[in-house]
This record gives sequence, structure tokens and C-alpha cells, in this order.
Amino acid sequence: MSDEIKVDLELDVRKLLCPMPMVRVSQNIGKVPVGGVIRAVATDPGSLADIPSWARTTGNEVIKTERNDGEFVFYVKRVK
Amino acid sequence: MAQVQVEEKVEAKAKPEVKKKKVSIVVFSGDFDKLFAAYVIATGAAASNMDVTMFHTFWGLRALKKDVSTGKSLFGRMIGKIYGGDINKANPSKYGFGGMGRWMFKKMMKSKNVASLPELRQTALDLGVKVYGCQMSMDVMEIPRETMIDEVSDCVGVGFLIEQAQQADFTMFI
Repeated sequence: MSDEIKVDLELDVRKLLCPMPMVRVSQNIGKVPVGGVIRAVATDPGSLADIPSWARTTGNEVIKTERNDGEFVFYVKRVK
Repeated sequence: MAQVQVEEKVEAKAKPEVKKKKVSIVVFSGDFDKLFAAYVIATGAAASNMDVTMFHTFWGLRALKKDVSTGKSLFGRMIGKIYGGDINKANPSKYGFGGMGRWMFKKMMKSKNVASLPELRQTALDLGVKVYGCQMSMDVMEIPRETMIDEVSDCVGVGFLIEQAQQADFTMFI
């Protein structure tokens, strides 16, 4: 069963390289309410490690990661 | 009754988290590549909710300079001429090729859509990174405060750096 994740903010970080994808996520996390979700689309393979690390250091959560066609999609939940 | 106690415990545990982690970075180099590393790390740390202080000393002062000439004495003016310019004039530590290397790296980075050094510095400042100049090297190299960008928090000495480093969770020398 795949229940749809409610996305509060779409974030296009395609073509950006380190450190900008994670910087953009961090700059926008305050725009969603606590419990809200950002859907960020990246093309930098480094962000596969970076964004989950960022989530752990800031106490937020990557609830789902998808890969399709050279794009990486992160569902980042604001925890606090 | 037991449930109330559990709730209190959770609350007490959540409170000390308010204190932010901290990093201090000594920026000694004025090389393009090393400044790039320093500012990527600073930006990443600030984005990860850390307090970041960058202490710029000696050649690292370039990162804070405006594109103006500096120096009063003969040697001071020489440094101002040879080493002159702002963050845009930083040359890579290798493959300098008398300015060609800088142009080459900038071109390559732009084509790969990496943020430029001035953009990266601006992002760091926007995220609350604090930048400091070393007063002693400013005096030696005859680089006055007025020739540096307005965002410089203060011009300080080693005592300040040691205090910052002591409070920091990690310190880097670049």
C-alpha cells in the first residue's frame, strides 16, 4: 500500500551542486509547518548522502527518497 | 499518574537541545580553491543549524577585501599591488598559470553550475555566518577596515579566536 504523502512545498534544486541543494532545503524548511513536508528534486548524486545527513544533524527527517531518470526526489519532513 | 511523569521527562529532555553546535574556521589561505573549501564548509555548517565563525588572517583577508588598492608604505603598496584585489582575484593554489588558471576554473565551475566564490560568500553571510578579520595581519599588510566589506563583524586577535575555538565543536585551519 502506498499512501500519498502530502507535500507542502515543492523545491526544484536540479542542476545545483554541493552545497546548494542542502542549503536550499534548509532555507525553505521554515516555510512549512512542523510536520509539513518539502518535496525536493535534485540531480546532484552527492545530495543522496548530503540531504539525509543534513536531516539528521538538524533533527528533521527524510521520510522517502525516490530515484527516477537521473533525478533524486527527497520528501523532507519538518520535525521541529 | 505514571503517564504524567513520562510526559514531564520527555519535556525535560527536549529543552537542552536549544544550544546550537558551533564551528570555528581559521581562513589563512587566500587561494581560490582553499577559500572555496572554507566557504562550502561554512555554508554547509550554517545550513545544518550551526553557529559559524570564520577568522580571516594573513592571505585569507582577501576574502573580506573590497576591490580597492591598499597600503601606505612602499612595501604595503607593493603587497596591495601584487596581492591586490578582492575575492574575485583569488588564484588557485595549483594551475595558477598567471591568472589563466583562475579563468579556467571559473569557466569550468560555471558550466557545471557550481556557485561562484562571491555567491557562496553571500550565501554564507545570509545564513548568519560571522566573518572576522585579524587586526594584527591587517596592520602588518596595511589593509584598513574601510577597505573591507561591511559585513565584517569585527577585527579581532588570537584571544578571540581561542575563545571561539574553545567553545566550538570543531575547528578548522584552511
